[in-house]
Amino acid sequence: MESYSEIKAHELAGQIKSGEITAEEVAKNMLDRIEEKNSTINAYITVQPELVIEEARAVDKKINNGLPTGELAGVPVAIKDAICTKNLETTCGSKILEGFIPPYDASVITRLREADAVILGKTNMDQFGMGSSNENSAFDICRNPLDITRVTGGSSGGSAAALSSKMAMLALGEDTGGSIRQPASFCGIVGLKPTYGRVSRYGVIAYGSSLDQVGPMAGNVEDCAHLLSVIAGHDPLDTTSSLKKVSDYQLSLRRGIKGVRIGVPEEYLTTGLDVVVKDSIVRGIERLETLGADITSVRLPHTEYAIATYYILVTAEASSNLARYDGVKYGARGKDYSNPKNENMLRIASKEEKLGYDRLNDMYKLTRSEGFGTEVKRRIMLGTYVLSAGYYEAYYDKAQRVRTLIKEDFDKAFEQVDLLVAPTTPTPAFEIGEKTDDPLKMYLSDVYTVPINLAGLPAISIPSGLSPEGMPIGLQIIGPHFGEELILQTAYAFEEATQI
Amino acid sequence: MSYETVIGLEVHAQLLTNSKIFCGCSVAFGGDPNSRVCPVCLGLPGVLPVLNKRAVEYTIRMALAVNGTVAESSAFARKNYFYPDLPKGYQISQYDRAGEPISMGGNVDIEVENGFRSVRLNRIHLEEEAGKSIHNEPGYDPNLSYIDYNRTGVPLMEIVSEPDIRTPAEASAYLSHLRQILQYVEVCDGNMEEGSLRCDANVSIRKPGDPLGQLVEIKNMNSMRSMERALEFEIQRQIEILDSGQVVTRQTRLWNDDERETFPMRSKEEASDYRYFPDPDLVKVEISREWVDAIREKLPELPSVRTQRFINDYRLPQEIAQQLTSNKKQADYFEMCNRHVEDDARNVCHWMLSELLRVQNENRIDQEVLENRIPPQSLAQLLVNIKKGVISGKMGKEILDLMGESGKSCDEIIKEQNLSQISDTNELEEIVKGIINKYPEDVIDYKAGKTKLLGFFMGQVMRLTQGKANPKMVNELLRKKLEEE
Repeated sequence: MESYSEIKAHELAGQIKSGEITAEEVAKNMLDRIEEKNSTINAYITVQPELVIEEARAVDKKINNGLPTGELAGVPVAIKDAICTKNLETTCGSKILEGFIPPYDASVITRLREADAVILGKTNMDQFGMGSSNENSAFDICRNPLDITRVTGGSSGGSAAALSSKMAMLALGEDTGGSIRQPASFCGIVGLKPTYGRVSRYGVIAYGSSLDQVGPMAGNVEDCAHLLSVIAGHDPLDTTSSLKKVSDYQLSLRRGIKGVRIGVPEEYLTTGLDVVVKDSIVRGIERLETLGADITSVRLPHTEYAIATYYILVTAEASSNLARYDGVKYGARGKDYSNPKNENMLRIASKEEKLGYDRLNDMYKLTRSEGFGTEVKRRIMLGTYVLSAGYYEAYYDKAQRVRTLIKEDFDKAFEQVDLLVAPTTPTPAFEIGEKTDDPLKMYLSDVYTVPINLAGLPAISIPSGLSPEGMPIGLQIIGPHFGEELILQTAYAFEEATQI
Repeated sequence: MSYETVIGLEVHAQLLTNSKIFCGCSVAFGGDPNSRVCPVCLGLPGVLPVLNKRAVEYTIRMALAVNGTVAESSAFARKNYFYPDLPKGYQISQYDRAGEPISMGGNVDIEVENGFRSVRLNRIHLEEEAGKSIHNEPGYDPNLSYIDYNRTGVPLMEIVSEPDIRTPAEASAYLSHLRQILQYVEVCDGNMEEGSLRCDANVSIRKPGDPLGQLVEIKNMNSMRSMERALEFEIQRQIEILDSGQVVTRQTRLWNDDERETFPMRSKEEASDYRYFPDPDLVKVEISREWVDAIREKLPELPSVRTQRFINDYRLPQEIAQQLTSNKKQADYFEMCNRHVEDDARNVCHWMLSELLRVQNENRIDQEVLENRIPPQSLAQLLVNIKKGVISGKMGKEILDLMGESGKSCDEIIKEQNLSQISDTNELEEIVKGIINKYPEDVIDYKAGKTKLLGFFMGQVMRLTQGKANPKMVNELLRKKLEEE
């Protein structure tokens, strides 16, 4: 079965446009691969083959009629299930949204459709983005295609796994504290988190509103750059999206990195970092130096506060963002066991009737207890706590101030250097179940990714080498705000020079 | 044991923008349930708010009208709580944790026994309206509750006063003046029955000189009168508690207009912690001084200014001027009418405030319908006709009735019914002569001193002419002819 893994997305689109192959043929091949592999890997939650073929046929029809098609014509794309797709179930990895079919497309989906991409399906993820292993999905674990006893990473684990096993050519993920970069690192693919505000968040189910960004994931840097150029840009439906002009990311890819100043944060090569990962990163840095970059050491003194700051701010925002999942309007509703006749209808009496009020509370409790996974509930409680009366100043407000300090660390570093390089994760992919007994252990694995989200910076994870067990190790390249162009240029040069 | 009452009012005004505060849905009243909604105001997963600039403009307008300061930059906060009519599980509002509201300070003057007093304002901020819950209404299943989200996202301006109000009457006066200003600057139609204007009160009592007493929040006061009743009840309730040596509990109470009492809504020990924090989905609103100046320039004439101008320019007494300017539409009507009638302001007033009102009541129509049927130019036409003697004043009243029923103009009715006043001297002389000749005994009586019989002769002339004879002229001619005989 053809996997199209030897060619780039723009080449595939070119072949489809010229009629060498049809979009339908590509789609069928992908669907066959999904059918063969997904039951083991579980990268996809939802695939509707008829819709996929329909979309592919529509692209072919345009081409046959001599009509212009977009730059991703017929290219098969996997979408993380946190992104709303019209008429295609969107669960965000959670039972509470099981059966929810959005009546609208997220803005990034609209752009993909305008580019004539073919959407293969919705990929598996940690519920509401909360997790670093994809073990928090309500729809079974997603397994690492390179070793199915190991995790894919999360929360965009499904997208990473789909790419890694060639069940898609491109994918969209979403990154709040590392959710694109970490699974990219664990699965041996390329994943970019854009600058906060570079890509629209409209239609993306919110987790941490001041941190979330949708980003491109692909098997190689050039495809990643291409996908970014399709989805990036201001959206009037998202007032936090930037008006800054989108660079031509593909144009500058091959410029090379002679004279580019790259900083290595001292704090990032410390204890807690697996020696195998450290080795790979150090060799990666040497490779960059050989390619012409100037390497220096920099300091990011507030790094040690990043995890605490992140987990206060993101849970606070999440506790508010997830309040809408209450069983009233959409998604699942807790069953009213006291009134078996009205299975899904519960009389919510008026505020004034004390009895009624209790029963409304019961519905809320049942809905949210049954619908949310354990980690989601844990984070909602944490977030509620840090915002509550008497604690707001000590936690939320304090964390916001520390966030500013963390951002200033990066600002200062970028006065001396053009880019930073670091590990993506402290270890390669761990075994399924290895960290699930200790949430804190899991949180600590985000140590190299969360500071970047706190500062709103762009960063990419690219494959840098393999562990002795054959598991991929990712190198992270971090840029200043709207520095995606230089990041991709550097990643491209690195990729060319790296044989894995 | 005399206590001082301390009242602060929180007024919510729905703004007259075309669309909702964070999405493009229409804010029109009514419509099928859930027909004016979209993913954003429904709080579907993934949606984001986009601020309606017009809502900010209207808030600035109101701030300027009450002498409030306008912030240079203002942000929104989330107020988190669970209720089915709040789709996102939080309301986007403004709160100190997000910085300054759009306006702070300002004042509204009210008339008190011995002059005027200024009620200070604490703040004016913007927030979104919630949906409507339907419980136990006719036509609906009594075992279910229903939510209509049409109203969700309508822009709300919240105006908070300082606790400067001292009596229920002052509260009414404040609310009335505030509503008048809202209408004058055209940001809210101030309709309490339809819910576009709502008011909650914070009430406490204390011995003069003591610090502020425990406050109780009163909600569900649906008209000015019911607000006064609610406040009177609550003040009395608190006095009785303190007199009996007990302590007032801090709580929220609802006014029940049928039972004429307040009762507790929920004990404040469950007082909601709204966990306010700055909304990360909305960037700060930047309000340049140029924008504020531009709004200030276009500010409509404020009611107190207009009242004074009516007193000065039209030479009207204060009460009349106040009555005319009590609502903007009425004041506009008066001025428009005046434009078509020269130099007759007092007469226009009289006709508006007595005759027009009578016609409105008799036809049982509201002001808008009345103005459709009798636009100001139409009333002006009527008054000019009377002035010119085309019709008598008495006839004018009857014609006004017909105008109120049919919506036809004065000229049209005169033509149709041939109601032109007879003002031709010769014609009238003939008629007068005829009447005098018809009743010789009465003429003798009149000349003998029964001058009241003039009325009788007048009546006969009027009957003969079906009321069309010019009464002034008839009166003169009768006197003249009767003298002659």
